[in-house]
Amino acid sequence: MSTVRAAESLLALSRQEELEDLPKDYPLSPSEDEGDIDGERKHQKLLEAISSLDGKNRWKLAERSEASLKVSEFNVTSEGSGEKLVLSDLLGPVKTSSSLAAVKKQLNRVRSKKTLELPLNNEEVERARTPLEHEVFNILHKNKQPVTDPLLTPVEKASLKAMSLEEAKMRRAELQRARALQSYYEARARREKKIKSKKYHKVLKKEKAKKALKDFEKLQKVNPTAALEELEKIEKARMMERMSLKHQNSGKWAKAKAIMAKYDLEARQAMQEQLARNKELTQKLQAASDSEEEKGSVEEEGELLVPDTVNEIQRDADGPNPWMLRNPFSGPKEAKVQDAEQLLEPVAHEASESKEEERPGAKEDILLNTFEERRALRKKSGLSQDAEPLRKQESEDSSSQEVLSELRALSQKLNKANQQSGKQNMTSLRTVLPVQREEPTEAEEEPLLMQRPERAHTMEELEELGKEGCFQNKEVPRPVVEGQQLERNPHNLPGAPKEKKRKEQMIDLQNLLTTKSPSVKSLAVPTTVEELEDEEERHQKQMIKEAFAGDDVIRDFLKEKREAVEASKPKDVDLTLPGWGEWGGVGLKPSAKKRRRFLIKAPEGPPRKDKNLPNVIINEKRNVHAAAHQVRVLPYPFTHHQQFERTIQTPIGSTWNTQRAFQKLTTPRVVTKPGHIIKPIKAEDVGYRSSSRSDLSVVQRNPKQLSTRHKKQLKKNSVN
Amino acid sequence: METASKPGRDVQPKKARLQTKKKKPRRYWEKEATLTAAGASPGPPRNKKRNRELRPQRPKNINLPKKSRIPGKPQFPKKPREQRNLEPQRNLSGAQDPFPGPAPIPEEVARKFRRIDKSKKLPHSKSKTRSRLEVAEAEEEEISIKAARSELLLAEEPGFLEGEDGEDTAKIRQAEIVEAVDIASAAKHFDLNLRQFGPYRLNYSPVGRFLHSEALFAVAQNRWLHIYDNQGIELHCIRRCDRVTRLEFLPFHFLLATASETGFLTYLDVSVGKIVAALNARAGRLDVMTKNPYNAVIHLGHSNGTVSLWSPAMKEPLAKILCHRGGVRAVAVDSTGTYMATSGLDHQLKIFDLRGMFQPLSARTLPQGAGHLAFSQRGLLAAGMSDVVNIWMGQGMASPPSLEQPYLTHRLSGHVHGLHFCPFEDVLGLGHSGGITSMLVPGAAEPNFDGLENNPYRSQKQRQEWEVKALLEKVPAELICLDPRALAEVDVISLEQEKKERIERLGYDPEAKAPFQPKPKQKGRSSTASLVKRRRKVMDKEHRDKVRQSLEQQPQKQEKKAKPLKARPSALDRFVR
Repeated sequence: MSTVRAAESLLALSRQEELEDLPKDYPLSPSEDEGDIDGERKHQKLLEAISSLDGKNRWKLAERSEASLKVSEFNVTSEGSGEKLVLSDLLGPVKTSSSLAAVKKQLNRVRSKKTLELPLNNEEVERARTPLEHEVFNILHKNKQPVTDPLLTPVEKASLKAMSLEEAKMRRAELQRARALQSYYEARARREKKIKSKKYHKVLKKEKAKKALKDFEKLQKVNPTAALEELEKIEKARMMERMSLKHQNSGKWAKAKAIMAKYDLEARQAMQEQLARNKELTQKLQAASDSEEEKGSVEEEGELLVPDTVNEIQRDADGPNPWMLRNPFSGPKEAKVQDAEQLLEPVAHEASESKEEERPGAKEDILLNTFEERRALRKKSGLSQDAEPLRKQESEDSSSQEVLSELRALSQKLNKANQQSGKQNMTSLRTVLPVQREEPTEAEEEPLLMQRPERAHTMEELEELGKEGCFQNKEVPRPVVEGQQLERNPHNLPGAPKEKKRKEQMIDLQNLLTTKSPSVKSLAVPTTVEELEDEEERHQKQMIKEAFAGDDVIRDFLKEKREAVEASKPKDVDLTLPGWGEWGGVGLKPSAKKRRRFLIKAPEGPPRKDKNLPNVIINEKRNVHAAAHQVRVLPYPFTHHQQFERTIQTPIGSTWNTQRAFQKLTTPRVVTKPGHIIKPIKAEDVGYRSSSRSDLSVVQRNPKQLSTRHKKQLKKNSVN
Repeated sequence: METASKPGRDVQPKKARLQTKKKKPRRYWEKEATLTAAGASPGPPRNKKRNRELRPQRPKNINLPKKSRIPGKPQFPKKPREQRNLEPQRNLSGAQDPFPGPAPIPEEVARKFRRIDKSKKLPHSKSKTRSRLEVAEAEEEEISIKAARSELLLAEEPGFLEGEDGEDTAKIRQAEIVEAVDIASAAKHFDLNLRQFGPYRLNYSPVGRFLHSEALFAVAQNRWLHIYDNQGIELHCIRRCDRVTRLEFLPFHFLLATASETGFLTYLDVSVGKIVAALNARAGRLDVMTKNPYNAVIHLGHSNGTVSLWSPAMKEPLAKILCHRGGVRAVAVDSTGTYMATSGLDHQLKIFDLRGMFQPLSARTLPQGAGHLAFSQRGLLAAGMSDVVNIWMGQGMASPPSLEQPYLTHRLSGHVHGLHFCPFEDVLGLGHSGGITSMLVPGAAEPNFDGLENNPYRSQKQRQEWEVKALLEKVPAELICLDPRALAEVDVISLEQEKKERIERLGYDPEAKAPFQPKPKQKGRSSTASLVKRRRKVMDKEHRDKVRQSLEQQPQKQEKKAKPLKARPSALDRFVR
């Protein structure tokens, strides 16, 4: 019984729905066709209702697996979601939120206003007071002119309404067509997807690729710019391929094949094929001919100074793998840079010249050999260099050590390979160095050109690099030590890396105080009364002598600073208990191991502000009294103190602002007019217009469009 | 005995001003002609005019800060809603406004009033926070534009002496200047011959008073500190401040800072008569002291060549700067708190930058070390060397005085014992062994005064009002610190501490992102293994994102590291030898 009743109710429902689906303007008598389709639908509904009787209420989306000629216009209904379809929904593709949400939004906007002026709606406008206003009002009302909202006059509204039906019909037809097409396409795609034959797919893919190629060629002829874009896409695909692990020997299939490859020729071939494919996919497309560049690179090779290993490894670290490129050494750009370098550094130029003289004509052979050697060496020494930058970053110290040691080994080997030239270079450099040391000013004159990232060229410099690293970690504040270091590597070395230069920018205290400042030429030299002069000058001289007795002032200051630094450092906590777990007694000290174990090292604080300012001691202690006045709680919407700080940076007081600005900054949140009744806020006050369906839904949905149209109309009117 | 004497403000100009005050104020609709006829705007005679009289052949002054308008793109501030209509409004007469909308404001002028540094990047913020930030930024912009607009009201412009080609302004004598200027200004040059008593030291108040109002002034006598009223009646004798050598008054904090022979720096709250702090400088006799008008920090010069910066809130100095190899003889800080001039026994005069780095900007060796230094309101530096006074001038308002060429020199009849610029007047007061000299220094003082802040022409009633207001707005002594803007920052340390405590109290971090919890799925897909798998998947994804981000940042960092060395040499490069 119950099932029958349920079915009945469902039937009734569906009928009702249909009735509502029909637009009201339609005559209620359906044609034969429609009646037929209706019957089908009812049948289906009934089936569904029956199938859903077993408890689980499964909604099945109406889908057509095959394209049919007969597409019911009612099939566009949203049967699945169980909602009624209304004409206005079809008209406005843009979904509007529910009215409540809209009102809420508007209300929020009102609430977020800095100042709220109440009452919200200015009724004064409507209220006519003077007789003249009354008259104007009357006329407006008579002519059905809008009084408050001048968007559309009632007449215009009516005309728009009249127009909308035909438009709506056309629109609906279009939509139906589009949907039908989409359904055809979807059905086809679904069918094709279901085909399990691999061969079919393979063929399909190849076909597609071919077609794409053809299209591309065509496009190239017709529209080169579009072709370029297409090319970019291909390039991107290549990149993706490079990023992915596809077609590399890491997949399941590839691994299986690799095992089989030893015994199976086919498998081997398949693997090779795959590798070839990988190469093909990852091959960079290059338009320019390579011969010239290669020449350039070879020439440049000759110019390069000493062990190329140094340079190479650096390149490895920051660029893509050079071996993957076709011409391992540099494009034309770099060659230019090299030239510039050559011009800049006469020393380097000389060296390279001498090298070139020495070298026999068969440079290239040697070069090739060295490449081979290096490659082999690198393979041996592990993957430390071509490891991902990530890992590098993590273990910077260790890797740098490794690299250094490896560098040494490499360059030694190389040196052996071309002993004479190498030695020559070294010696020449050495001889030149002192000369350079004597003329630092020249080097300083062209800092802009010189200061591009330079590579260490000699072994000594490499070693110094290592030392530098140690020094940097230590950070000795004493200028004495600094001076020594200065002595060791005067900063105008041609190949000195940047860190050195930066390091030396720390101001030397001795310099700071002892540098002779130019004296002032004053017109009026103070004349002193003789007795006074005697007395005072003697006094002053004595004082000066006292002051200059040694570097007492500086030394004292440095001592003071050191003490201050020590005092401000967080202290380690020593938790060792003498005699605990050991022999006790007088004169016995806990073992070093134990002390180390129970020493809690304090975390290193942030660097001091005066770290690089030798003549300043800045107190790092916190001003607790001032901190009591600071904000220590973040108010609600802020998640980070910087955000909040930004909002409180502008002072509000009248001391810092103009009068108007001050008034604006300090207006109360709610401003009311005295003597006015404040009614509860209505949706209309907020700017929301109810009755979206009855009143010109088109206008509501896309006001922009209409407003522009309306403007045009207005313009026309004005012109007329 | 050291006495502080206060040369009374001349009564004459006041009278003159009263007369001008009675004139009918010019309305904007009045014609230009009346403007030129009415001419002299109310206010004291200004340097500009004087300058014109001095050097008529040069029409425009180079040093004048020109209000340049950017010709290319006039910057329109956000228009208020009323002015939305594009057509220029026609007024009743039908005439069209040739310059519709608000007047454009040059960007540099508005930038001067900017408070928010937009170059600093903020962490990612939610939409709600973002809207708040946007509101704050818009407000700041609007306010800065308003302030820039009000610059128009600063009608007076400073003027300087300018030599004809090759002429040295330092050669111009006071007598020549006095001859050239108007009578009122000339009257400000005088010499008091007071040979009877010892050397004199003097001070001007921000308006013309010594303590917070002209009714009170403090005098450090042989043993104790005495406070007198304007009739010379002794009001207080403060015995806790003994053997005081130097006095400074911090007007916004109502603090009287005294440095004593015993090596103590004492802060006395004048409004309540209590000693706020007595700090032992541990550097022997203190006889060099000055205040930083910007942040109310006291600078003390010591015999070991250091200058220490003090605040009553801290027992130790805020900073210590080694300035000279000999003892420090004089210290002065300019009104913006940017530059500090020091002179030492090594005959050097140095100018330091006080903004964070405390490094010397320029140094000069003087034939004889300067014993006294003073900055004027517009950044002119005066140095007294035995009986000669030199005055140096900077290139602009915000630049330090360049020590290459003195702007003016003057020889006195006795040794300089104290020098001070008079606020809002182009006058330098000099106390020396033979009396007191008032010297004219064109361009020294700020030509525009803020009537609500320091009004030289205020009446007694206004003074009383001001006194009450100032007392209400008294800044607590403990707020004195090196960077006063730091008070507008959140106390991060206690914030973190509180957060930590809260986490401890609750047992979990309420603000932390909840760990991913896979949703149960139907049909046996919710097995433990698959749950774990899903969880791991999300975890891995997060990890990957993190790695990707760090990788993205890496090259940027490298660039950052590489760039500043190349393109932007540090300001401290000049010290590398």
